[in-house]
Amino acid sequence: MGEFKVHRVRFFDYMPSAIRAMAFNSCTERLAVARSDGTVEIFNFTDNYFQEKVIPGQDGRTVEALCWVGQRLFSAGLNGEITEYHLENLRPRYAVEAYGGPIWTITSNSQGTQLAVGCEDGTVKIFAILEERIQFQRNLNRQKGRIISLGWHPSGAQIAAGMTDMIAVFDAETGHTTHRLLVERGVGASKNKEVVVWSIGFLSNHTIISGDSAGKVQIWDGLTGTLVRSYLVTRWDVLVLSVSQDESSVIAGTSEGTVIQFQFISSTVDQHEKEWVRTRTFRNHSHDVRALIHTGTAVVSGGMDTQLVVRPLLDKVERNTQESALRKIAFPHRSLVGCAKKAGLLLFQFPGHLELWKLGESEGHGKPGDCLPVKRKPEKLIELKRKGEDHICCSALSACGGWLAYSTVSSVCLYRVQYNSNNIGIKKVSKLPKELRSAHQLCFSSDSSKLFASSRQSSVIVVAVNQLECKYLHTLQHKSGSRQPVHLLFASDDGKWLATANTDCEIHIYNLHKLKLHCMVPVYSSCPTAIAIHPVTSNLISVHADQQIFEFSLVQKEYTQWSRKLQTQGLHSLWLERDTPITHITFNPRNPDHIILHDTFMFCIIDQSLPLPEVKAVLCNQMTLKSLPVPERIGQSHAFKICKNFQHLMCVSLLEDLSLVVVERPLLDIMSQLPAPVHQKKFAT
Amino acid sequence: MAALYEGYTLCGLVPDQNVSSSGIQGIEEERDSDHVVVTDSTRSVTLYKVSDQKPLGSWTVKQGQKLTCAAVFNSQTNEYVAVTDNKVIRVWKEEDILLDKAFKATVSSDVWKVHCTHGGEPVVLFQRGAVRLLDSLLAAPQQTIEEVLVQEEAIRWSTIILAETQQFVIFTTEQKGDHFLYLQRLNPNSLQRYRLEREEPGLSPLSFSATYRDKHICLLYLYPNGHVYKSVHSVRGLGTEEGAQPIPLPRTLLLSLPVVDGLLEAASAMALDEAHVAVVGVPHPSAGAGKDFLCIWNTNFQTVQAGKEMAGKLYGQLWSYSNKVFIPHGKTLSVIPFECTKSSLAAAVGKLRHAPASVPSWNNILHGEKAQPSKSVETRRTRTRKTQSTPNLTIDQVLELIKTAPVEEIQKEVEGFLTRADLQDLQPSVGQLASTLVSRSLADPAFYSSSTLTQLVHTQCLCHSVCPDLVLLALEKKDYFLCQLCLQFFPDIPEAVTCACLKTFISMPDVDAEKVSLEPDSVSFMETLISREHAEAGLQNGFSPIFLEEDCPDAVRGRQTKAEDKEKASAPSKLICPVGLHKAALLNEVLQTAYSEAFLLPHLKDLSSQHVVLFLQYLQFLYLKYSQDALPQMDGVRSPSLAQIMDWVCLLLDAHFTVLVMTPEAKGLLLNLHSFVKSQVRLVSELGKIEGSLQELNKLKVKESVGQYSIEIIELF
Repeated sequence: MGEFKVHRVRFFDYMPSAIRAMAFNSCTERLAVARSDGTVEIFNFTDNYFQEKVIPGQDGRTVEALCWVGQRLFSAGLNGEITEYHLENLRPRYAVEAYGGPIWTITSNSQGTQLAVGCEDGTVKIFAILEERIQFQRNLNRQKGRIISLGWHPSGAQIAAGMTDMIAVFDAETGHTTHRLLVERGVGASKNKEVVVWSIGFLSNHTIISGDSAGKVQIWDGLTGTLVRSYLVTRWDVLVLSVSQDESSVIAGTSEGTVIQFQFISSTVDQHEKEWVRTRTFRNHSHDVRALIHTGTAVVSGGMDTQLVVRPLLDKVERNTQESALRKIAFPHRSLVGCAKKAGLLLFQFPGHLELWKLGESEGHGKPGDCLPVKRKPEKLIELKRKGEDHICCSALSACGGWLAYSTVSSVCLYRVQYNSNNIGIKKVSKLPKELRSAHQLCFSSDSSKLFASSRQSSVIVVAVNQLECKYLHTLQHKSGSRQPVHLLFASDDGKWLATANTDCEIHIYNLHKLKLHCMVPVYSSCPTAIAIHPVTSNLISVHADQQIFEFSLVQKEYTQWSRKLQTQGLHSLWLERDTPITHITFNPRNPDHIILHDTFMFCIIDQSLPLPEVKAVLCNQMTLKSLPVPERIGQSHAFKICKNFQHLMCVSLLEDLSLVVVERPLLDIMSQLPAPVHQKKFAT
Repeated sequence: MAALYEGYTLCGLVPDQNVSSSGIQGIEEERDSDHVVVTDSTRSVTLYKVSDQKPLGSWTVKQGQKLTCAAVFNSQTNEYVAVTDNKVIRVWKEEDILLDKAFKATVSSDVWKVHCTHGGEPVVLFQRGAVRLLDSLLAAPQQTIEEVLVQEEAIRWSTIILAETQQFVIFTTEQKGDHFLYLQRLNPNSLQRYRLEREEPGLSPLSFSATYRDKHICLLYLYPNGHVYKSVHSVRGLGTEEGAQPIPLPRTLLLSLPVVDGLLEAASAMALDEAHVAVVGVPHPSAGAGKDFLCIWNTNFQTVQAGKEMAGKLYGQLWSYSNKVFIPHGKTLSVIPFECTKSSLAAAVGKLRHAPASVPSWNNILHGEKAQPSKSVETRRTRTRKTQSTPNLTIDQVLELIKTAPVEEIQKEVEGFLTRADLQDLQPSVGQLASTLVSRSLADPAFYSSSTLTQLVHTQCLCHSVCPDLVLLALEKKDYFLCQLCLQFFPDIPEAVTCACLKTFISMPDVDAEKVSLEPDSVSFMETLISREHAEAGLQNGFSPIFLEEDCPDAVRGRQTKAEDKEKASAPSKLICPVGLHKAALLNEVLQTAYSEAFLLPHLKDLSSQHVVLFLQYLQFLYLKYSQDALPQMDGVRSPSLAQIMDWVCLLLDAHFTVLVMTPEAKGLLLNLHSFVKSQVRLVSELGKIEGSLQELNKLKVKESVGQYSIEIIELF
């Protein structure tokens, strides 16, 4: 295969923000995750936990709570507004001011007809959910002190509200309080500190479960208003509770990073009376667990340490399968790094700004394993702050490095970058065609003459860019009827093809010469995570969330021989068990047989000329091959050349000079930037 | 140890016509421990500040009136309460100058006494036994007072005691030679009557003293025959059966004071604390018949701990407030500070040096170092008490003494010398003492002072080179305890001597060894080691040396021995120590001494093969014990280490290998030892294998931390 010079880049200071709230739609198996910067992400649990949508945040918009009503997603935040999201356009559909000060919590009734929000001013406000909007209905009796958490009885008749030092139970019809449950404060020094009921669960048998800042999980009888059991689970706060669908299990997330499960079971074998018993403790977080979902088979948790953790309940899933594996999602499932192959530039996308870096240079040669002396250090050329309140949702850098574009939900900006030896100039293209208002994905053609922007309803806007002007050319539209956003765009090197993929798993191929749809790749059940068109053969390579790889010939409009062989033989089980998606595909211009792809923990060069790995073959066989004498290697080697030298990859790309660029963001670096966790007494500290 | 310090005079006395009375009716504590109210037997009440020896105020009743009870101070109201002419209660404050103008109330019955605890309300005890709180009495002074006592019964003594929050009035009565004790509880009121056991006919108690301690009232009473009895009564157990038959009060004889001639007349005993009793008017046990002594007795040891001869007549009166004794004697009322420290037996028998803390004496301060008569008396007395001891001897004198004196005297003097001498300059003199002792013992076979030598070795200032003959002398005299100590404490015992010890120890019959008293730690170590036979035979690191015997080539041993061995192997906990407990303890000392192989080896060859086999068996036993149990190096107890044991095994084998090979009874032993060696070799080789892989870890290149950017070369195959 050969030697590669690798630019190992660790200066991308990507910092995910903390997970603030989650909501799970058990019908569609979609998890909505809100981060502290206001970003809302949608994960598809049926499709290998693929992060299919990202709704960018906005300065000043925080999300305290999320709520699914059917297919509709609502959020509420401390800005006092209730927001509904447009899941096809990936932006807020509208926001309604609740006029109750900051909103701490939002919940819907089980019928999906009403929303209740808990406000700073002590009111619980009920909104009716209408076809296209929501409408304020009434207030429940106003309480002294803010409403922190809400639990709606499945019958819809009662609402429990967690406040400071107490829980109020309302009759949802009349709005009167029927019970006030006084929550005991912590002991000792915290006696004087008021206790905040952070989370509430209201079960159909009128059991109320509360988690509070004194570290207690308490079980109340909602009919009599009496305390049934109290579990002190932590010295710190119990921040969040989640009840399983069948109401037999409750999980509680604490500031210590633990998740504690309680189950409604008989405590002894011969006893029929069931009670809530503390059963398991999961410790997957280093910081506060702020958001928690109890799905049918797993505990999904997230918090200050920014990672989404899916911890399958081993009594609910089959053991030793991929389903039973713990999954930590620490990196986005899309590329935040743009690479100008010809110019050796890297574009890093942050929510608030873009960074353009020039890679360094080395001198001399070395043997494998060596570090070459760096002659010229990498250089940050531009740090470009975005305009407006909306966060950057996508960005693109042209291959020549002369053009740079980014988009927010409200606008697209295009810049001309001029760079020669030691001068850098950047000029904003002031007049953009009005069709180019916002984009979900941006992409330049390889000759940098065109900009493609995926827009609403899976359409792609084609804009011609040159020194003088920026002209709208065409809108590419497919006819499949899907309105899902396009999350992947790829323009072929020869400038003839453009491939798009949307979250309905459709891949469309447009002929750019004719500016019309060429064909649609047969829809596969799993969402594509990366697509690319081969510069020589014009075959489309698509990799999907379930780790399948397809090669589709654009000329013949059919899967290639190699793809069929791959499907018949099947991919190696270790390949399929990887838990991060392939996010980027590139090709080797010198050797058309080479396809380079990467996920978070490895990059792989697929040599199509070599045989596919047998079922029993060692997939990662680089070490074995290294130890073998050269003539024997050929017999042992297979198509998948996997390199795990680099971890936590944000990008792997091949420059024109055939040197690889790997952008790493070590998890430790992210961890070290997190605030200090709550103090825990550990042995010998 | 109790001590009486220099006393001082509080005031002069005006003894009235009746010579037997001191003229003092009572002394009561006032606002604090430094103020007392002294009531004389006629008309006046005086307030004194004790440390200043100065009256602060005085009140007198009119001519013709008479104080019939001691004035008390009510600290709640800062008022004084006294009774005149039995029926008139007078209450006044410090500012009141004239007593006649102060408040007075006449009650309907004769008052015996007014009592008041510090901080409590005054309580009036009537002559007929009734008790009233002063306030309730003064609210209706003419209320009828019931008669508690029968016709011919009369109160002899009374006091008040505060038991936590409960006040008790305690009084004793006499009725036709019978004595009774009444315990009157106040609030809620309850009365209990006890009969005091009769002493010899016609004797009635001279004095009473009551104290409260640990929920018990302790009553102390002195009879003229010198017997001091103690009755302890629980506060809790007080019943309320009024009018019932008096319960006999159990008593214990606390002290039997020496009464030289006849009976005591004016004497009293007072409890100072749980162990000390102050006695006045009783002869000092070592000072003849004179009764004018104030003594502090320790009741635990029945000894006088402090004594003071009082000038002038004693009246048998004694008060004590806060470490001061108030005692009227002759024509003065003296205050004598005292101190009762916890006594140990050593202090009681005079072994512990006790330097009395110097309490500044007012006489010294005010009048300079003027000799006080009482002091001179005291010194005289103490002198006579001291045993006729020779003055402290210097080292040279002691050395001279050693050359001639009998064992006991030497022992005493050396002991005295050691306690006197400073540890720093002990080193040379201890050496001199020891070598002189040893040389005398060598010269005079009849002379041997084991305990003195032991003491000297215990100082840890000795070593072998200072007196080279000591160990051998001890061996010769069969003083194995001394040998053990020498082996323990001497860092420089030559190998020849060690070997001599070993030889003696190993050849000593077990019966003899068991008679020797040895250092208890070493014996207890062996005891635990042996007693572990019963404990579960645990494997250490999964390694059991016993089972390795299976590796022994079958050809070497006969079937019989194999069967035996198997039996042994199947019951490893049945290891039997081949030597006795004490012998083992002595051998352990030998194992722990320092040696160098080259010097030891020739001496080891002197051992007989029999002894070598026995010693090897013992070492084998130790080795098995050590490897079978968790390491028995118990907390800080001196014990031979596994390495020491193995070294000795090797040494013995080296020294006697040819002999052992020829000795038939050593064959099994040698085979066993062979298996040890094999197991050790195997263990070491296993460790060697591990070492190889561990070193690989070491070789692994530590990845240098990657910086922000680097350009690397990789190769894919």
